[in-house]
Amino acid sequence: MGTEEIIWNAIAVFLTICIFTFLYKDNPFYKFAEHLVVGVSAGYFAVILYYNGFVPKLIVPLRHGEWIYIIPAILGLMIWARFSRKWSWISRFSLAFYIGSGTGFAIALYMQNYVIRQLSSTMLPVGFTSWQLFSNILIIIGVLSALIYFFFSKEHTGLFGRTAKVGIWTLMIGFGAGFGLTVMGRVSLLAERVIFLREYLLELKYYLYLLFKHGLSL
Amino acid sequence: MSFYEQMMNLDRRWVYLIIGIVVVITAIVPFDVPLYVTPEVQSVYDFVESLNSGDILMIGVDYAPEAMAELHPMMYAITRQAFKRDVKLLLCCLHQNGPGMVEQVISQVSKEYNKVNGMDYVYLGYKPYPAITILAMGQNFRIPFPEDYYGTPLDSLTMMRSITNYDNVRAILNISAGSSTEYWINYANGRYNALLAIGVTGVMTSDYYPFLQSRQIFGLIGGMKGAAEYEYLAEKDGYISKKKDQLSAYKSMPIQTTTHVVVILFIVIGNIGYFMSKKKNS
Repeated sequence: MGTEEIIWNAIAVFLTICIFTFLYKDNPFYKFAEHLVVGVSAGYFAVILYYNGFVPKLIVPLRHGEWIYIIPAILGLMIWARFSRKWSWISRFSLAFYIGSGTGFAIALYMQNYVIRQLSSTMLPVGFTSWQLFSNILIIIGVLSALIYFFFSKEHTGLFGRTAKVGIWTLMIGFGAGFGLTVMGRVSLLAERVIFLREYLLELKYYLYLLFKHGLSL
Repeated sequence: MSFYEQMMNLDRRWVYLIIGIVVVITAIVPFDVPLYVTPEVQSVYDFVESLNSGDILMIGVDYAPEAMAELHPMMYAITRQAFKRDVKLLLCCLHQNGPGMVEQVISQVSKEYNKVNGMDYVYLGYKPYPAITILAMGQNFRIPFPEDYYGTPLDSLTMMRSITNYDNVRAILNISAGSSTEYWINYANGRYNALLAIGVTGVMTSDYYPFLQSRQIFGLIGGMKGAAEYEYLAEKDGYISKKKDQLSAYKSMPIQTTTHVVVILFIVIGNIGYFMSKKKNS
């Protein structure tokens, strides 16, 4: 690590520690780091969006005389009317266009990929001769019982209630798996930061050693 | 307050402190953790292994710095494996804070393997609205990306001369920390039948197993554990090296292990407190 990297990483170390202080309680250091992240992210996004969306999709086509792009530009400007109580109704046209086109794109494919293909993947061969066939039984029981749990038009009593209970257990196992993976995700972030701090301290120690040995010529 | 009630109402700062101590000790005194490779990670690795020199692999990189810890290691490992096998990479980014992530990986790894922009890889850059961008790329990459990230028209890049849309790439790997994975599944696989595998954060992993079951994706690398499995396979075949410090996810596995043990202990203590105080009250 050179001097420049040592300084930049020192800032990263400082901000990491600022964020960690929140674990004790809220404080100005945490607030500073939090606001910095939000501000930098918003600023970065604005610049990226301008150069990757606004310029190539509006300014460049208009310069080339493609006047059709005036229509989305006007729809975009109409959204800003939401800030006025009197004129906010104008923004509804843009939103209607956005929601309408988005829904049109999505509905058919979502039905196909999130419902029909998922349903067809539960229509499986079953049996007890192999682990795969037995797993298929578990999948079918899990799907049916979870669906029955969400069927509220009939009282959950008797066989129906017991099946719904199996459905709750299926859901709980799913939530448990999700929780375990969430813990892993959060620990990953902590582990990466702790390893970063450890490696920075080792580099800093080495840098200071060289600095004292060879003087300020570094 | 009884002992059991105290167990249940433990100040969360004690939990943080104990986990912090355990993590720091494990980071200072690391140890080796045995690792087994899951079939869903193995299938992604095997697929990249099956690619021939000159084949094109597309990677959709949809994450920002907050997910670097989990997703950067898998991105590095896959890129190194692909470049070492002379597989060409087509990269794009659909996360607003993500363009720098691709730039960081590709600029470093391309230097390691002497790969040239436009010949061995093309970075298309970032475009907003993932659904529309993915749909448009299915027709022609030039619709959403007339130029690459560096401002060069796609038609003037050697690698892009033979590439029009998803039909010309062997598969798409989506490495993501957000909802864009849904769009890749729904539009790239659902609409254009593109072969798709995903690498996602730990939090997202359980949501995508049903798509593995339905074969809408052929592989899944889940969180840091998945990345560590991939690194393990890549190291075994000599694509990455422990000596060069290229196994960042694998390096975190001891911390994962010790922290999970502590979390399980706290859950057990909390549950004992709950059931004992319930028994006492009844």
